[in-house]
Amino acid sequence: MAQVQLKNVVKKYGAVGVVHAINLDIAEGEFVVLVGPSGCGKSTTLRMVAGLEDISGGEVIIGDRVVNDLPPRERNLAMVFQNYALYPHMTVRENLGFSLKIAKRPQAEIDRAVDEAAGILSLTPLLDRKPGALSGGQRQRVAMGRAIVRHPDVFLFDEPLSNLDAKLRTQMRVEIKKLHQRVGSTVIYVTHDQIEAMTLADRIVIMRDGHIVQVGTPLEVFENPVNTFVATFIGSPPMNLLEGVIRAGQVVLADGTAIPQPPGLNVAEGRKVQLGIRADNIMPEGHALPPTAHMAFVEMPVILTEPLGTETLLYATLSGTEMQAKMLNPRPVSAGERMRFGIALDKCHLFDAETGNSLRG
Amino acid sequence: MTRNRLPPWLVLLLPAVIIILAVVAIPLVLSLYSSFTPYHLTRPDTLWKWTGSFNYIKAATDPNFWKAFGRTVLLLTIALNAEMLLGLGLALMVSKVTHGQRALRTAMMFPMMFSPILVGFQFKFIFNDNVGLVNNALQSLGLTDVAIPWLVDGNLAMFAIIFAEVWTSTSVFAILILAGLFALPQDPLEAAKVDGCTPWQSFRFVTLPFLMPFIYIAMAIRSLDVARAYDIVQVMTNGGPARRTELLWTLIGRTGYVDARMGYANAMGYIAILLSIGFTVYFFLKLQTARRELGMGD
Repeated sequence: MAQVQLKNVVKKYGAVGVVHAINLDIAEGEFVVLVGPSGCGKSTTLRMVAGLEDISGGEVIIGDRVVNDLPPRERNLAMVFQNYALYPHMTVRENLGFSLKIAKRPQAEIDRAVDEAAGILSLTPLLDRKPGALSGGQRQRVAMGRAIVRHPDVFLFDEPLSNLDAKLRTQMRVEIKKLHQRVGSTVIYVTHDQIEAMTLADRIVIMRDGHIVQVGTPLEVFENPVNTFVATFIGSPPMNLLEGVIRAGQVVLADGTAIPQPPGLNVAEGRKVQLGIRADNIMPEGHALPPTAHMAFVEMPVILTEPLGTETLLYATLSGTEMQAKMLNPRPVSAGERMRFGIALDKCHLFDAETGNSLRG
Repeated sequence: MTRNRLPPWLVLLLPAVIIILAVVAIPLVLSLYSSFTPYHLTRPDTLWKWTGSFNYIKAATDPNFWKAFGRTVLLLTIALNAEMLLGLGLALMVSKVTHGQRALRTAMMFPMMFSPILVGFQFKFIFNDNVGLVNNALQSLGLTDVAIPWLVDGNLAMFAIIFAEVWTSTSVFAILILAGLFALPQDPLEAAKVDGCTPWQSFRFVTLPFLMPFIYIAMAIRSLDVARAYDIVQVMTNGGPARRTELLWTLIGRTGYVDARMGYANAMGYIAILLSIGFTVYFFLKLQTARRELGMGD
């Protein structure tokens, strides 16, 4: 186990910068998820930690060693790849034991480690099969097993679940979390799936265009997004954003609708803002959570419904913007029906219209 | 009026049947038949004299035949292995080239573009003991002052032939192995790096097993080629001196066309074909095993 530090880490391909001087401290035993849209530099960052990409600038420190110039094999970490990257000509047993064999450990020790890992991941009945004869989920477990047997300082996961179907993905997510609780190693996990990030992480690192946008626990980034990017990236469905101008303590939308600004915020008169409202905080009257002290009401025509069983997702328009709202205890709603929605103002966010930065704190 | 008409399927197949009969089946049967006769090209009536397995027994007890057989196997073994190793090395190096790789790959094909006869003449000149390039170079460099009899000494002549063979055909291996390298998945290699492999271990445990099917395909193709080696040897040494570079097909060719003993030549030819079949089957089985190991199905 070890801590990992990134100090002003830069990655450039020629003149093109992919990762711009990022700083990150990962504590021993922490589960950190790097999340962001494709091309944000998250995988490149991970591969620099692994030693599969050269580091163009800055320092990567694992434990107390600067590893910039060490080849991957001297960094004592294990990596799980998106495409599993199993050795196709080796059986599951050989795949699992390969790193120990390379390290010239005694056969008895290899057998013990392989059996233990196979037991943890219920791979025992598959030990003599080749990867070609395994399903996607089984291959993924072998890839994880290969990582466990080494007892590495750091586990690296590069979008390990993206090639699995939805059901299996949920299942493997739980297995990865259990694995971390059991092994307790430092984990750096890359994904583009915000649900994976929310459910797995001790801390989430949200990246965009090679920069770290926000670092925090899942609840911190969910409840206090620093800007509209994080607000719309984290959480499902994405946060609704309404353009408006502050007039007399109210957010006045383009069509004249006025919504009181969220309590506890002091924003200058005439400032252009975006009001952020999550679908959970805007609900039709009679199908909502009990009202809070700070409520505002608007009327919107419903354009589309998505019944999800215990709740229905309503698509409606407000001031020309498409909004998503949640309806509890749903009843059938037809398109075009006008409904009155209550907004829980104390849960809403205000962002600067130009920079997109949060105006809270 | 009714005419006897052939069924349509037979009519449609007839062109193919005729061609196969004319080009493959009849010559094959005829040569097989003639191998049981004392057929002599200058005495056509000998074709009708059946002598049973006489030619085969004669070949089987002829030390010259078995020496040529052994020499062919030796040539196959040394040439194929040398070509494989050199081709592998060449492919690995070319695969690392980033600029001008296309031109390099084309240049690699050049030796294959020359007629083997011309390659034979070229190396006959290069290894000539009086005016040859090799001796000239060795003497100019002061490494020796005698004229090394490259094409006269039995072992040296064999070496010269193998050298020419390797020069011509290493690129076959290189091209096929290069194709394998391009198809090589990168993920397991990266996994191997993280798993603690040195570059050599990555090559030994990940790259090489993946390349084996490609190597065996090249081996199978080339074993057929080398087993019928004739032209280069014919030009460079004509099987000589004193049969010291005699291979199966130079022996068979001489017996059939110079000595005109076609029946005997055919008998030896059929034994020689068993060698080719043997090598092909061997490499094919290896190929299948290698493919199964990689989980490429069967």
